[in-house]
Amino acid sequence: MDQLRRTFLKSAGIAGSVVVAIGAGLLKSGEALAAAWNTSAFAAKNISDAMSAAGFTGAADSKDISIKAPEIAENGAVVPVEITCTIPGTTSMAIFVEKNPTPMVAQFDFMAGAESYISTRIKMGQTSLIRVAVKAGGKTYNATKEVKVTIGGCGG
Amino acid sequence: MSEMKMRAALQGDVAEVKVLMSHPMEPGTRKDAKTDKLIPAHFINHVEVTLNGKPVIDAQWGGAVSKNPFLGFKVKGVKAGDKIGVNAVDNQSNKFDGEVAVS
Repeated sequence: MDQLRRTFLKSAGIAGSVVVAIGAGLLKSGEALAAAWNTSAFAAKNISDAMSAAGFTGAADSKDISIKAPEIAENGAVVPVEITCTIPGTTSMAIFVEKNPTPMVAQFDFMAGAESYISTRIKMGQTSLIRVAVKAGGKTYNATKEVKVTIGGCGG
Repeated sequence: MSEMKMRAALQGDVAEVKVLMSHPMEPGTRKDAKTDKLIPAHFINHVEVTLNGKPVIDAQWGGAVSKNPFLGFKVKGVKAGDKIGVNAVDNQSNKFDGEVAVS
């Protein structure tokens, strides 16, 4: 089953294959509900593929995205991140950890009523840049922050 | 397992909401040390935030959101008594809901 799933994930770029997979009984109907989940972005193995699959290609550097995270995280399994974006008309914000095996962590789409602010906790496999990309007024922007991860928690 | 704790603080017309969910958030890439087999993926992949039932944030998550996820966000145009809801679904179709009345 794991092998099947892997093959499926690799080829799931096309919506048609999802339909075929459901027809073949590979997917439970519940998983079909989550069809909007961006499989290709979350499965991408490097930062540029993940960003382009999530629609953040060509993002310009911006000082208006603030990423609050510890300089050094002793436990990579729980790294607190707080992001505030002050670019007017921000509609979407995505978090990536560049050196994770699959860099995309999460994407938040904001509708009227939401401030472009998110606080959460993420997993980091090793020292890496955290990259936050946003969409605002039809343009894309991004910013980074490095977090050093000390595996074992003793500073070694 | 399906527990969700929520707290909302109102400042002016902005509600700062903190949510804590209980969930293993297994990414599907970790091996069980005893059996050497992959632990199946089990993580929340969709989260929706509503204000009085109307969606304000729609989120997609992967397995790299930490175990027992924490989510903080801010909603504006809020007054005391308004209801902020969070609906989450995991990749195994389990649903989790939480709601808090802003005060």
